[in-house]
Amino acid sequence: MKKICLFILIISVLFSAFFVSCKKEAEEKGGGGELVVWNQAEPQSLDWHLIEGVPEHRIYYSLGEGLVSSDPETAEPVPGVAESWEIDPTGTKITFKLRKTTWSDGVPITAQTFVDSWLRILDPKTAAPYAWFPGDLIKGAGDFMEGTAGPESVGIRAVDDYTFEVTLVGAMPAAVSAMSHYAFAIVPLHKIKENPDSWTMPENYVGNGPFVLDEWKPQEILSVKKNDKYWDKKNVKLDRVVYIPTDDDNVGFNMYLNGEVDWAPEVPLEQLDAVKLRDDYVVAPYLGVYYYIFQVEKPPVNDVRVRKALSMALDRKTLVEKVTAAGETAGYSMVPPMAGYDPTPGIGEDLAKAKQLLAEAGYPDGKGFPKLEILYNTSDRHLKIAEFIQEQWEKNLGIKCELVNQEWKTYLDTRKQGEFMVARAGWIADYPDPSTFLDMFGSGKAMNGGKYSNKEFDELIGKASTMKPGPERFAALRKAEDIFITQDQGVMPIYHYVSQSMIDTTKWGGWYPNAMDWHPTKTIYKK
Amino acid sequence: MTKYIIRRFIGLFPTILVIITISFFIIRAAPGGPFDSEKTLPKQIQENIEKKYHLDEPVIKQYARYMLSIIRGDLGPSYRYKDQDVNYYIAKSIPNSLFLGAISMIIAVVFGITAGMISALRQNTWIDYLSMSVAVIGITIPLFVTGPVLVYFFAMKLNWFPTSGWITGRYGWTTLVLPVITLSFNNFAYIARLTRASILEIMRSDFIRTARAKGLKTSVILFRHVLKGAMLPVVSYLGPAFSAVLTGSVVVETIFRVPGMGKFFIQSALNRDYTLILGTVIVYSVILVIMNFIVDIVYAYLDPRISYK
Repeated sequence: MKKICLFILIISVLFSAFFVSCKKEAEEKGGGGELVVWNQAEPQSLDWHLIEGVPEHRIYYSLGEGLVSSDPETAEPVPGVAESWEIDPTGTKITFKLRKTTWSDGVPITAQTFVDSWLRILDPKTAAPYAWFPGDLIKGAGDFMEGTAGPESVGIRAVDDYTFEVTLVGAMPAAVSAMSHYAFAIVPLHKIKENPDSWTMPENYVGNGPFVLDEWKPQEILSVKKNDKYWDKKNVKLDRVVYIPTDDDNVGFNMYLNGEVDWAPEVPLEQLDAVKLRDDYVVAPYLGVYYYIFQVEKPPVNDVRVRKALSMALDRKTLVEKVTAAGETAGYSMVPPMAGYDPTPGIGEDLAKAKQLLAEAGYPDGKGFPKLEILYNTSDRHLKIAEFIQEQWEKNLGIKCELVNQEWKTYLDTRKQGEFMVARAGWIADYPDPSTFLDMFGSGKAMNGGKYSNKEFDELIGKASTMKPGPERFAALRKAEDIFITQDQGVMPIYHYVSQSMIDTTKWGGWYPNAMDWHPTKTIYKK
Repeated sequence: MTKYIIRRFIGLFPTILVIITISFFIIRAAPGGPFDSEKTLPKQIQENIEKKYHLDEPVIKQYARYMLSIIRGDLGPSYRYKDQDVNYYIAKSIPNSLFLGAISMIIAVVFGITAGMISALRQNTWIDYLSMSVAVIGITIPLFVTGPVLVYFFAMKLNWFPTSGWITGRYGWTTLVLPVITLSFNNFAYIARLTRASILEIMRSDFIRTARAKGLKTSVILFRHVLKGAMLPVVSYLGPAFSAVLTGSVVVETIFRVPGMGKFFIQSALNRDYTLILGTVIVYSVILVIMNFIVDIVYAYLDPRISYK
């Protein structure tokens, strides 16, 4: 028996020594100019016209580039394929001067490439989920997208090989910034023609970003290596970027804690207290809002007094300090604070006034108030927030709430159908402009599940969309927001987001927190 | 025997057909569709997408279309992962799942039988108590607990293994250790206890006493007479064991980031990726049904009391 024990002991010592040495070796190999990113979900596609998520957007920064890219510090547009651009005095026409550059296979990129690519995303046959974005921005693009007009009606034109002209629906101040988005990407049509079904596979892939696709194993790894044909390759420092997909927060976060990835783009709620004091925890204001939608056709929240009472009776400060606790700010406006725009102050919090409004609506001290259903999608965070609000409304107003928890797709369906009283929602800016938070609440808009409708609001939003950038336009949007929030309480803003990342900035340079949480890999380098 | 095998084999097809049909209609009955997202699509784009994937047709027609394409061996396009079709994703992921499953099965069987034998032969000694205590732990603790606990100690505290990953990645074979232990632990425990119990039972039977009386060595009695009989309950457990490995691998693949089919199985259900759900369900059920079929045949072969009729 002693012999057996000794044998087992020796074997286990050898075994662990072997694995420890393997691991060390592997770590050394991983060094150099390689950034490993926990990229959350498996990318849906590398065809930029078919994607719609944040993980894909992160990969787009490596593999693709449109007319403009974004500044890693400010998220403002910086030259990409376009060297420079000019906006005409009316603000509706932008002329881009393109640089002489090529795809990674050496085929030149010209103004015609942009025309063909943009027509492809707008083409109804492509069925692109983000086609609405150029569709909303470019003159005639919406009609082509909806199949009511031909491609010739779209306001884009190749003036010559290196001059590209875009006509907008109105003077859209955020248009150039929006064009760094993947919805305005170019795709290698010459390769798509060759391999229509497999052009995004590593063996066929051709791109125009700072990196090219190296390896892609579904649910395992996607890696990119430096693109020798990239116009600004001398400023690209990294040799490789590796994207590791996993949907599970804890699995992803453990990889970071164990040094297996260099950048984690989120922190699980339950880990927050433990990481808050660490130097590699980076938190920054993020253009997003967390809010509750009222289904304004459903009693009792069809009464504006009830909606206001509910909003006034919520202690947001305690919520962001004790529940979400990552540095979010209490939110009373739909639009988060952003440069040049002063959001509506909202109606604030006032318990006495809330009780009075509720009494006026016929429910003194909550008497006779029907059970209020709060709909949210399954998630620890949403549950904790809903529980806090439930407790607040019960304590402050005497209203009983029922929490209704639905899995994501079921929740989306319920929300779309308007089959709820109060539902949780969140919104992240597509581009840094107030309109991205307000447009969707226009009467009858597809995303307006709460059925909010106000003619004056619609008119102001419509007017703002054709106005020149500047204080007057912002004033119109602000007036619309006043009506939507302060006057009608169409939704109840709760807090404004922060982005949270884990990255050791003493080791990695060129990575900055910014209000859009956009991080181009082009500028990142190892210190 | 051949007739029995053929009859059982033909019986597999209706089972699979029923599974496909039920799954097809159940997932379509779930609220929400594959293309619903926080940003509601403009009506026209939604219609274009539905048209592209034939989702605008009546469900019965979609069913007929799907069944016809399965017969051709085509599981259709994935609604979420747009660059390749379901066949591609399954072909890429199934070898990983099978490899992990097979290794876990082999380890569970080899170690389980060994531990059971040692326990039975050294009944009521410390080694018996030790291995049976480990087995009880293995049976009672679910693997979604075992996995993270192993990660915590062996990856994050001791730093022996990476927290997750796969053999083809940076950390190579070290990634295999924790998922294999997690996945085989439960089956190991069952098999160890089964083996111990059935060896003890057979050791007490008359024919063993006769063998002993004839003066045969213990090792000869054990390997020639006891083990064959003692393996019957173990073999019959292999069917359920295999399904435990399959369902367990869905959890283990998520915890350890194994690029197997289990990940697609879970994700596709959440994404309402109809074709990918069906594809994985079909593959899982075919594997399960065939494994049960093989176990039945082996059992019939091992146990003379089973008739083939």
